[in-house]
Amino acid sequence: MSEKITNNFSLTIATVNGFGSQTANVTLLRALFKMGIPVSGKNLFPSNVQGLPTWYTIRLSRDGFTARRDETEIVVTLNPASFARDLAMVQPGGAFFYADDIKLPLERKDISAYPMPVKALARAADVSSNLRDYIANMVYVGVLAHILGIDMDKIKQALAFHFHGKEQPIASNFGVVQAAADWAKQNLTKTDPFWVEPMDKTDGLIMADGNTAAAIGSVYGGVQFVGWYPITPASTLAESLNVYLPMLRKKDGKQTYAVLQAEDELAAIGMTVGAGWSGLRAMTSTSGPGISLMAEYTGLAYYAEVPIVIWNVQRVGPSTGLPTRTAQGDLTETYFLSHGDKQYVILLPGSVNECFEFGWKALDLAERLQTPVFVLSDLDLGMNQWMTEPFKYPDMPIDRGKVLWEADLERTNGVWARYKDVDGDGIPWRTVPGNMHPASAWFGRGTGHDENARYTENSREWEKNMARLKKKYDTARRLVPAPVIEASADAEVGIIAYGSTGPAVEEARVLLEQAGGPKTAFLRLRALPCSQEVGEFVQKYERIYVVEANRDGQMRQILSAALPDQASKLRSACHSDGLPLTAKWVKDSILSQEVK
Amino acid sequence: MATPVPVTAGPLNKAGLSRNDYKGLPSTLCAGCGHNSIANQIIAACYELDIVPETLVKFSGIGCSSKSPTYFLSRSFGFNGLHGRMAPLATGAIFGDTRLRALGVSGDGDTASIGMGGFKHLIRRNVPMTYIVENNGVYGLTKGQFSATAEVGLTLKHQGTNPYMPVDICMEALASSATFVARSFAGDPKQVKELIKAALSHRGIAVLDIISPCVSFNNQENTLHSYTWGKDHEAPLHEISFVPALDEIELPGEFAEGDVREVTLHDGSAIILKKLERDYDPTDRGEAMQMLEQAERDNVLVTGLIYIDTSRPTLVDGFNLVETPLNRLGEADLRPARETIDKINALMF
Repeated sequence: MSEKITNNFSLTIATVNGFGSQTANVTLLRALFKMGIPVSGKNLFPSNVQGLPTWYTIRLSRDGFTARRDETEIVVTLNPASFARDLAMVQPGGAFFYADDIKLPLERKDISAYPMPVKALARAADVSSNLRDYIANMVYVGVLAHILGIDMDKIKQALAFHFHGKEQPIASNFGVVQAAADWAKQNLTKTDPFWVEPMDKTDGLIMADGNTAAAIGSVYGGVQFVGWYPITPASTLAESLNVYLPMLRKKDGKQTYAVLQAEDELAAIGMTVGAGWSGLRAMTSTSGPGISLMAEYTGLAYYAEVPIVIWNVQRVGPSTGLPTRTAQGDLTETYFLSHGDKQYVILLPGSVNECFEFGWKALDLAERLQTPVFVLSDLDLGMNQWMTEPFKYPDMPIDRGKVLWEADLERTNGVWARYKDVDGDGIPWRTVPGNMHPASAWFGRGTGHDENARYTENSREWEKNMARLKKKYDTARRLVPAPVIEASADAEVGIIAYGSTGPAVEEARVLLEQAGGPKTAFLRLRALPCSQEVGEFVQKYERIYVVEANRDGQMRQILSAALPDQASKLRSACHSDGLPLTAKWVKDSILSQEVK
Repeated sequence: MATPVPVTAGPLNKAGLSRNDYKGLPSTLCAGCGHNSIANQIIAACYELDIVPETLVKFSGIGCSSKSPTYFLSRSFGFNGLHGRMAPLATGAIFGDTRLRALGVSGDGDTASIGMGGFKHLIRRNVPMTYIVENNGVYGLTKGQFSATAEVGLTLKHQGTNPYMPVDICMEALASSATFVARSFAGDPKQVKELIKAALSHRGIAVLDIISPCVSFNNQENTLHSYTWGKDHEAPLHEISFVPALDEIELPGEFAEGDVREVTLHDGSAIILKKLERDYDPTDRGEAMQMLEQAERDNVLVTGLIYIDTSRPTLVDGFNLVETPLNRLGEADLRPARETIDKINALMF
């Protein structure tokens, strides 16, 4: 056995979709997390209910890196269909665990191979026959626990969490884990170098996925109406709202909110616009294809100035594309959505914690600015479990923006104008239905209107209104979350990234230094429109790499247009194959362009 | 809250308002358009029902019909949405303040072509609103193309002959489990008004399909959506009158028992249906469908209250909402207390 490798490797589990392996995988991830080891988990699943191969990768990184790696040192397979591929995936010197009922050639001599009696141990388990296929996954949890040294108590803790403390499933699942560990102890000899040991690197952190965080953040943001339509990978966001709203937002047993599953995305956005117009904190959640369908109403909401929040949990397009894979390919779709001149506020959460924070902030911004606010997440951030800082209670009171009620109108003797810029920030005042003042009502429309919301085709009125909307977007520039900048005095090049690619860039900066590459400064963009800091950052460096998970370098395109005199400095490090970017790829991409 | 002050003289209703308080801007539709007549009946119905305009919200999609909400009730909030997308807009908007009444005006293109999906789902959910379809079988704003309700074989200038079967709005509504389905004819203003009053008093979706001739593009004497055809072929199911909740219901004396049927609505108001040529039961969905089928075969325009069900809960009923209108809730009700955040973090593992 070569030198011990502790808390620094990747583990990939290959199973068949639809048979409960996710429970086992997340149990492993959580147990390692509770041991204090920095971990990240990536679920690579097919667009299929049951039957196709699926992989789950857990990365343990004692240095705290959470980006995906291409290399995997340990592979577990229960799937004969992917067996050959799984075997080939193991890094030299790695370990391979397989269900012993798979009778396929094991040709590699450069790795440690461990058979596991998955079927025999599942058959012996104390569960009904219909649960046997599911509980069989616990066999690899037990075998890995023994071979790698995973704390059995932490596994039990993870199972207790998963099964909400219900004794029977905890006992039967843990029973299989224990039996498998015992079997491994008696029957297997460890020949691989991989070990886990307790650390204290996860103290004070929680583990959550971005969609859940977004939902909870929205609940604290006072969301009142949600119109949504199911789509991978966004569905769990709305489904989480259905979990946390009843928990947190009932008053004397009654709802302060309404969630409605629409018949399609055209309706989901229509309902959301209606609710936003009627004075509710309204949102919808979808993915790229849904955004396409929402284009028309979003344009109306921009022009009629209706506050709404739209979460886009991105998957891979164009078209139906790769529905269960991740990308940042909807940026320009969202930024340029709908016909005519329009500008949208787009928030770009870079962590699960920011999904929470932007959950409430987006609702504030939408009502403050009376405009659609998009939040661009993606499948990697939205559906995978991440270590993250605990959610922080909002540090600002809810902002309802500029709304006039009866008392306000009485003070002004009913004098007001819906689309008039009285404060010089481009943001007008509004009233909402239910206001009983006889001067309160106005007629909302997507057609040309004057300051009093009256229909007009007058050219001057049109242009004046459009100029005010542009001014409002400049106001937004000052209100959106500022970028996070990690600069150093001797940095030679700048890197700009956003969203879920942050962890890969953080690690790539270290890899670049190790490879003798340039010293870098890093700006993590958190919103569009760009605040002033972005221009200043770009100004500072000769070369700026814009790192993103799409083919065309969409953020580079947007930044080039926003900073035309700096555009020639901007270089793309962009790539989209359906998987989260790796640090190695980011490093290689930058290095290859540096030598040119 | 301010007390609305009538802007002009004239008899005041129980809300202290004159008919003028229900007016809108001047119509920009063609002279003689059936839609203008319907707008006038909406004004009359709201005035007679003593509705305070601020308690009603107007919706529309896109098209000639959808322009009309600006021609009545200027003091009501309104939203003119997208083509074919009035249904979801209204569905979301009614949650702002569920005490308000919703009135939507759409057309046959807006409803039965581009908006068919939303229309049917609005009905299925029993969204509490009055949904008027100003049905002329033609696209007016885009200058005379066929709509989905145009009858098969109809020949229009520049369009040729329509080869497709028409959509029957009332049949679609019935098939989607509407709780109030009526049909009328813009050339029969009294019936239009009575049906609008009944629809506005119904708790749930009230679909009112009003044949409203397009004088510019579809008013040939022998076509279904024309004034002449409507006048010659209208066959009312009943003589209909609406009795508001506070009025004592007095049956017209000259009718014998059994000639009159009374449907009581949730607010205590009632629709009085006087039997005409046949016995028709508007609470029997099967009979309603059969009647529509027969009417089509007989080439008659059956008008009146086709179907009503006052028992089904509305969309809003299913939500168990707080008493206060949602759009008046403050931070205390919208943001969970500070101490809850630790509990939530603990739930995250």
